[in-house]
Amino acid sequence: MSADHHHPQELAPVEARIAAIESVLVEKGILDIDAVDEIVKHFEDNLGPMNGAKVVARAWTDAAYRERLLSDGTAAIKELGFSGPEGDYMVVVENTPQVHNLVVCTLCSCYPWPTLGLPPKWYKAPAYRSRAVREPRKLLAEMGTVIPDGVEIRVWDSSAEARYLVLPMRPDGTNTLTEEQLAGIVTRDSMIGVQRL
Amino acid sequence: MSGAPLDDEALPRDNGELVFEAPWQARALAVTVALVDGLGLPWDAFRSRLMAEIAQDPQCPYYESWGRALEALVIELDLATDAALDAATPTERAPL
Repeated sequence: MSADHHHPQELAPVEARIAAIESVLVEKGILDIDAVDEIVKHFEDNLGPMNGAKVVARAWTDAAYRERLLSDGTAAIKELGFSGPEGDYMVVVENTPQVHNLVVCTLCSCYPWPTLGLPPKWYKAPAYRSRAVREPRKLLAEMGTVIPDGVEIRVWDSSAEARYLVLPMRPDGTNTLTEEQLAGIVTRDSMIGVQRL
Repeated sequence: MSGAPLDDEALPRDNGELVFEAPWQARALAVTVALVDGLGLPWDAFRSRLMAEIAQDPQCPYYESWGRALEALVIELDLATDAALDAATPTERAPL
């Protein structure tokens, strides 16, 4: 990972202008920042990860696709029509009975928008970013995901050069589900690696 | 928060799902909804300006038109001045 990719980025003019509008209106007491955050949270929770879920469901049901996905994530994800800003350099890491993968961006909040939508607030929080590397097992347990002692946890630090997506293990008892039904059980958190299905 | 703006069929959608190409676009939508709601205005107060901006430059990316419409609303309602916005406009984004 090159530190260069975590340097401040130039803002698009429109993005900068909207940020200016927001800060001026909040300062003048015209705009309620809590109301804005509440709406953004709704987007974070309810939009986006469906694309990633479709990728996972395809990999579970099509062995050749799974191979392509693991060898060239960006191209395989593009096959399903998902690409765009922050969607390049996708690296898919596969959970196995021996290995659990966890994704973080230690220095900012690199995140694959086209597959997972908007990053949740906790993903951007300093506590998650530092503890995911330092004490992933403890952090995951606190988030409700207990990884058995015999399972190795691999932590992947996303950057502009590599954005990671976890391919979760297909849960037992799902043999009769269709690809579409399978996509319905794949969660955003399982593709970041903070949850097991 | 009234649900109307988020159900607005003028918003970009992919197979029925609301889509954003970047987090700032979601932020732009949220700021607009919270502002219009907070001022007690009908959603059309913004929507009519957005349609006007799109009509003026149909090739312009959707959320750029959105930003211009939001700015027009803010200026016309005298909520902020051009000078204040210029002074507050950041040039780069710090790492989060």
